[in-house]
Amino acid sequence: MAETSLYMRMLPPMSRWILQGGADALSAAARAWPAGLSSEACRARGQGELHALWLGPEEFLLLAPPDHEPRALREALAGMPHSLVDVSHRQVAFEVCGPDCALLLSAACPLDLDAAHFPVGMCTRTVFGKADIVLWRTRADAFHVEVWRSFLPYCTELLAEQVQN
Amino acid sequence: MLLIDCPYCGNRPEIEFTYGGQAHIARPTQPADYDDHQWTEFLYLRDNQRGLRAERWRHSHGCGRFFNALRDTTTDRFHGTYKVGEPRP
Repeated sequence: MAETSLYMRMLPPMSRWILQGGADALSAAARAWPAGLSSEACRARGQGELHALWLGPEEFLLLAPPDHEPRALREALAGMPHSLVDVSHRQVAFEVCGPDCALLLSAACPLDLDAAHFPVGMCTRTVFGKADIVLWRTRADAFHVEVWRSFLPYCTELLAEQVQN
Repeated sequence: MLLIDCPYCGNRPEIEFTYGGQAHIARPTQPADYDDHQWTEFLYLRDNQRGLRAERWRHSHGCGRFFNALRDTTTDRFHGTYKVGEPRP
């Protein structure tokens, strides 16, 4: 592994929620979620192992260690119109690392993944081949990819095929 | 690749988007007062103009939001996008 310049690894299980709500609910949630919520489009914010990924103007993907219970968040949102759905088992995550990771993902992802246009901390929902993914640049040479569970074999086989090319 | 300027995410590739039909069609405020002819017009009849047209688009593989776009139907060129609820520029 140490010799390869490019590798992919599955990330350990984690808790995930999709938070949706209006401006009032999101500002309350930003105070209750330790990592806060990004007000800038397509940006992730994190603190320790807690992360919040901006997916849309009223939608965030929250990531946390397994069995994390967002009690403070639920209390802060009580009585406000919002939706907080546990999607921990709907999707899985893998990481693509190495100096050429952007080049490899570009084979099936139509976005410009150059660091100038897709800097560290940027995240977005997009497509990988025909699969819908959430792409998040965690380091200059690493991308975190969230994909729906049933699309995982498709994504990994497509990646393997691109490596051979 | 054709880029579409999502009002929330910026310039993004066309394949992330879904076409949503003609824009600025208001739902009747008093549906019970509509007769069959008016319902037919509301549900089925759309303009089929040549040139600049206001359309709904959805950034389905992105932020998931609907927005409106001005597109030229002869050249497929996008002349601008704006959020739902904003007047046509």
